Amino acid sequence: MPDLRDKISQALKGHGADYVEVRIEEGESTRLLYRGRELEDVGMTTSLGGNVRALVNGGWGFVSFNTIEGLGARVEDAVRQARIVGQENSELAGVEPVVDIVEPQLGKDPRNLTLAQKKGLMDEYNEVMWGVGGIQTTLIAYGDGHKKVVFANSDGSYIEQQRVDVSLRLSATARDGSEVQQAGVSLGSSGDFSVVEGLHQESREIAEKAASLLAAPKVQGGEYTVILDPVLAGVFTHEAFGHLSESDHVYENDRLKEVMVLGRKFGGEHLNIVDGAAVPGLRGSYKYDDEGVPSTRSYLIKEGELVGRLHSRETAAKMGEAPSGNARAIDFRFEPIVRMTNTFIEPGSTTFEEMIADVKEGVYACDWYGGMTSMEMFTFSAREAYMIRDGKVAELLRPVTLSGNVFETLKNLDAVGNDLDMNQGGGCGKGGQSPLPVSNGSPHIRIAKCLVGGA
Amino acid sequence: MEEILEAARKVADAADLFWVESRSTPVAFETNRLKHLQTKEARGVGLRIIKDGRIGFSATNKVQDVEGLVSRAVEVAPYGAKAEFGLPSAMVHPEVPTFDPAVPQVPIEKMVELSQEMVEGILEGHPEVLCDAGASQSVVKVRIMNSEGVDASYEKTVFSLGLSGTLVRGTDMLFVGEGESSCRPIEDASDIVARVMGQLDMAQREAEVITGKFPVVFTPDAVAGLLLSPLLVGFNGKTVVQGSSPLVGRLGEKVVDERFSLYDDGTIAFRPGSRPWDDEGVPTRVTPLIDKGVASSFIYDLKTAAQAGAETTGNAARGSGSLPSPSTSVISIAEGDMSFDEMVADMKEGLVVERFLGAGQTNILAGDYSGNVLLGYKVENGQIVGRVKNSMLSGNVYETLNNLIAIGSEAKWRGGSLRTPPLYCTDVSVARTEGEG
Repeated sequence: MPDLRDKISQALKGHGADYVEVRIEEGESTRLLYRGRELEDVGMTTSLGGNVRALVNGGWGFVSFNTIEGLGARVEDAVRQARIVGQENSELAGVEPVVDIVEPQLGKDPRNLTLAQKKGLMDEYNEVMWGVGGIQTTLIAYGDGHKKVVFANSDGSYIEQQRVDVSLRLSATARDGSEVQQAGVSLGSSGDFSVVEGLHQESREIAEKAASLLAAPKVQGGEYTVILDPVLAGVFTHEAFGHLSESDHVYENDRLKEVMVLGRKFGGEHLNIVDGAAVPGLRGSYKYDDEGVPSTRSYLIKEGELVGRLHSRETAAKMGEAPSGNARAIDFRFEPIVRMTNTFIEPGSTTFEEMIADVKEGVYACDWYGGMTSMEMFTFSAREAYMIRDGKVAELLRPVTLSGNVFETLKNLDAVGNDLDMNQGGGCGKGGQSPLPVSNGSPHIRIAKCLVGGA
Repeated sequence: MEEILEAARKVADAADLFWVESRSTPVAFETNRLKHLQTKEARGVGLRIIKDGRIGFSATNKVQDVEGLVSRAVEVAPYGAKAEFGLPSAMVHPEVPTFDPAVPQVPIEKMVELSQEMVEGILEGHPEVLCDAGASQSVVKVRIMNSEGVDASYEKTVFSLGLSGTLVRGTDMLFVGEGESSCRPIEDASDIVARVMGQLDMAQREAEVITGKFPVVFTPDAVAGLLLSPLLVGFNGKTVVQGSSPLVGRLGEKVVDERFSLYDDGTIAFRPGSRPWDDEGVPTRVTPLIDKGVASSFIYDLKTAAQAGAETTGNAARGSGSLPSPSTSVISIAEGDMSFDEMVADMKEGLVVERFLGAGQTNILAGDYSGNVLLGYKVENGQIVGRVKNSMLSGNVYETLNNLIAIGSEAKWRGGSLRTPPLYCTDVSVARTEGEG
């Protein structure tokens, strides 16, 4: 887009701010939503928009808009706002300016399929789910989107990146009188339609699971030894620990800085946690973040010790640490903020059989409804759970909720499995920006003591 | 817009266009200091067509993309849902004032000043608290046109103030916060400051919780954050026509305590959730969902009403980028006769809960709720003795609202679309979660 590039560089001239960036974004998306047998919503959307963010004396100004005309005036508006806010020194970690045009790495490109083909596949999944007895309703939400983002800043960076995102949620609801239970799965990929293909068997299992949950007992609430499957352990890693590593929570908060001091022991030597968009081929992968910073792969916890955290250019400068390429905006309507990308616990050497063998009574919790954290406290829900009795997986339970104190729970994490699996169906929410494509993962992990509630 | 509708009319049997344009200016203080000033402009248009008995939809914010908008809607229509309804023609709608020209006139400096007052108000009494505070003003313009002659628009202004505080002691964190929202300027932040100060005072000491069933006072925040979603989901036309609502076939039955009444009322003047007509152009009305404990009506848009063989209740909601679906407008829960102080005084041992974490992750379709108490207080012998930590509440909203001891006499607005008194219930499951040491 040479014409746009000229317009942007023209607009970035003579702004008088400490730093200015421009983002222009053009996208198109398709969605199919089934509720029950009916294709309730099918739509195609196009969008165009942009924003300007300016930094003056430590204060940020931000304007977002739906037209690319008059960029110069937008820059002036943002700088004027920043000037009102700014009362100190601007601090931004230094990053080499980059000029790059990044082509997307695509598998089976969803844009090459017709709407009829996508719909045909979803119809098949729906039929399979409805073929199971006791099903009250189903939900299928398919979406794909293509986005081209142009980023330029006053340091001289100019980056064009494209992103193709595919996501699918399948769920079935079973009902018996006033008893209602759900089961489901969420999948996604960055640009490969094939991950949502061939799910007929999985669709049947989801529906059967929902039906079988109706007859399952509720867990007796209380404290248990809990084994988490890779999906739920991934959510745990993201929610319970990952958000604490986002340094925008930390950098201006002296007390939290003490809590999250590098070198602090969070868990045993078997605990290693990584985040990074430079881990290739995952839903949270990219080459440059939304401040034009190259992505990285960073240890957050290494051998139980806090060794790193997630940064924007501003938080990195203010904490005197290296930028990590974690500033992300869900789209042009928002400022980039510190976010996770692909977050996971590295595998250890314990097998699942070894992990469960000495658990006399416990809970095996799998899959997830969702999770939330507020620093010290976390809550997350397992869609599927089983009692563990005498070292074996026993009866199916209704969905359970796990909650507790992050610091205690990480200390209680006493076994890390050898079977890392990444969950690509997640979408993260923070600061009103949701759902941001991320992935998370883990091997099976065991928590010696965790509070379990019936959901 | 006329142009798009004209083009759509040529290729479809019926069409409606929904246009939203907004401009908002938020001011934000982070960790006690002015940090952000923003201007966000957005506009978008959604086109729904009915062609050969099916619904097609497309949306864009590229205003020049008229042809693309129409052709994409036509492309998806053969796969779209069956249209068992027609679009409304122009109807008389109630006068519902939602625009105050004073809102966009509030200077940025005044918004900065209000935010600063909130931060300073807290720091005066509690210098160790880290405050985020903000003010925002926005103007939204909504226009709807359809092939049956509807062409209407209204403007809405919204002014909001928010204040939250974090207090970190070692690995312990306390979160407090309050906010207000109106279609008119909020001139004074002292009420918000006073409420947050009250939270900080009540949370100064810690109190022990044991696992068991206790009486609990749900403050308006807790009603909004924990109980409302699992309660309202059963009244939504969508879950009703799917058959997943536990209330299907139970209208006219007593489902909760007979003192409890809940209305959907989008006609209340100057509330951000109010509007003269819904997002399909159907006039707003007052709909009792629960009348004296009896389930009395569901909420519908055109489509779900047709599927249920009912009338739309004027509860369609849509953004410019999506098809309409039923949604509540402004929820109002009727007041009772017991003051908050009397509720506390009445309790031998129990909790007052305000804010939750992880609410809504349970099977809300069945009315289940569950959440970690993020901010709540222990009551012993009629006195608030301190903040509770590491505890979780869970239950079923229908059961809990059948276990009502009393409804509060002082209703409060929570955000722009809920007015509720505190609710005092008994036999609520409280689980202590480990955490000491």
